[in-house]
Amino acid sequence: MAYRHLVAAQVRSQAQYRASLAVDVAGSVLFGLLDIVSVVMLFRVTPTLGGFGFAEVFLMAALASCAFATADLAVGNVERLRQYVRSGLFDALLVRPLSSLAQLMAMDVATRRVGRVAFGVGVLILAVANGPVELTPLRLTLLTVTPIAGAVIFGAVFVATATVAFWWIESGEIANGLTYGGLNFTQYPITIYGALFRRLFAYAIGFAFVAYYPTLVLVDRPDPLGAPAFLGYAAPVIAVVAAVAAGLVWRTGVRHYRSTGS
Amino acid sequence: MALAAAGFQRYATYRQAMVAAVVTNSVFGFLRIAVMLAVIGAGTRTVVGYDERQLATFVWAGQGLIGVVLLWSLPELAERIRSGDVITDLLRPIDPVWQLLAADLGRAGYAVLTRFVVPVVVGALVFDLYAPRRPVTYALFMGSILLATIVCFSCRYLVNAAAYWLLDVRGPQTAWTLTSGIFGGLNFPVWFFPDALAIGLIVGTPFPSIIQIPLDVLVERGSPTVQLELLGVQAGWVVALLALCRWVQRRGERKLVIQGG
Repeated sequence: MAYRHLVAAQVRSQAQYRASLAVDVAGSVLFGLLDIVSVVMLFRVTPTLGGFGFAEVFLMAALASCAFATADLAVGNVERLRQYVRSGLFDALLVRPLSSLAQLMAMDVATRRVGRVAFGVGVLILAVANGPVELTPLRLTLLTVTPIAGAVIFGAVFVATATVAFWWIESGEIANGLTYGGLNFTQYPITIYGALFRRLFAYAIGFAFVAYYPTLVLVDRPDPLGAPAFLGYAAPVIAVVAAVAAGLVWRTGVRHYRSTGS
Repeated sequence: MALAAAGFQRYATYRQAMVAAVVTNSVFGFLRIAVMLAVIGAGTRTVVGYDERQLATFVWAGQGLIGVVLLWSLPELAERIRSGDVITDLLRPIDPVWQLLAADLGRAGYAVLTRFVVPVVVGALVFDLYAPRRPVTYALFMGSILLATIVCFSCRYLVNAAAYWLLDVRGPQTAWTLTSGIFGGLNFPVWFFPDALAIGLIVGTPFPSIIQIPLDVLVERGSPTVQLELLGVQAGWVVALLALCRWVQRRGERKLVIQGG
């Protein structure tokens, strides 16, 4: 597969600068740590958050962290599309007989981000060991599938928001509001957000399926907002829908693309 | 002065980027305030010395301050050092530290009118914000913002100046992004840490001087005497960091090798 060669070449080239890579991996772990420290510090000053205790929110944060880190590793660099559109480099991708999106991902795979993924998995294990989950085979499966589905949802958001660059090059960090903002959102129970914001982030984009609904099933609690329990298992379906939607947005964007012509 | 005016004008031309930044800051404002209000809703009426309105102001003014002090920026100077373009800065008769500081203050002046005002107005439309009760607070807050901008500028300068030795500053840049957010009071007020640690951070590190102190001044956490002491801490960091910048710059110039080609 051509894509595998592209990714392998990238990883090899980045591994040549060993000290740089080590520093970057360490930095990436620290970013993961930061998310968790925030949750711990919040619970230093309050016993519950939106009706949930520390163990439950910690589990949500761990699931969110895992999902985000995996998406960031796989497609996070699509946010650099802006620079490629501006510099005209995107033209080079279009003339090759491979998918432009897949090339973009392969071209920039950020090996350093394995640090954050590994850390996220570690935190997830810790969060489960912390005791809120009574493990059954079904729940174990849910624990494995949820971060993957969550990663696909985050990945779809990464791709869909990056396409803004096709219409608006000077869009700056506006996509961050939904990508990194999405990470912030999913770490906490959706009960803490206002109705409008919740509708937009949790239901319309589907962020509630990354951590909140699965956590309810895992800790065996009904939703205070009254959603049925089966939603906890729905993440893979939402992920597929999100991925298809993001693909369509991407194709529309590429059709809309006009080279800068320099 | 001319450099400051140029800094003001330069950023006034990037209007679309400004709009994008303001929208992003506001979205994060909604996210952060939800968490903060959940913290307060769960327990008593106040948390670590802030009531609900003070905490709301803390979040929204904080989202505005990000753009004023320019917490995150591309390592422009580091790139100039790497490429050798920095030589044109060195040829001018003013120390590069002062050149860049003047330009940065001009930029901050423009940011106060745009990137600070918009999130605060958005916040005020949706939430009940805290208006300072003591008139002197406004003056202290302006002073505190100015000092915060200089502290933040110095920190960014030092991160960039690492390029004189390292060429690639991604490591220091990452470290800066992490520490400034969590120890500076942006992610949550530093008073969420144990008191001893919070005080240690405020006095012993420059980070709280950038976001935490101006916001504590604005929401009047503590008496006017405490506020003056906080400004004193900021002033101390300004002097120390600018001296450090000058020293690093001089050492760096000796180290600088302009790569040919």
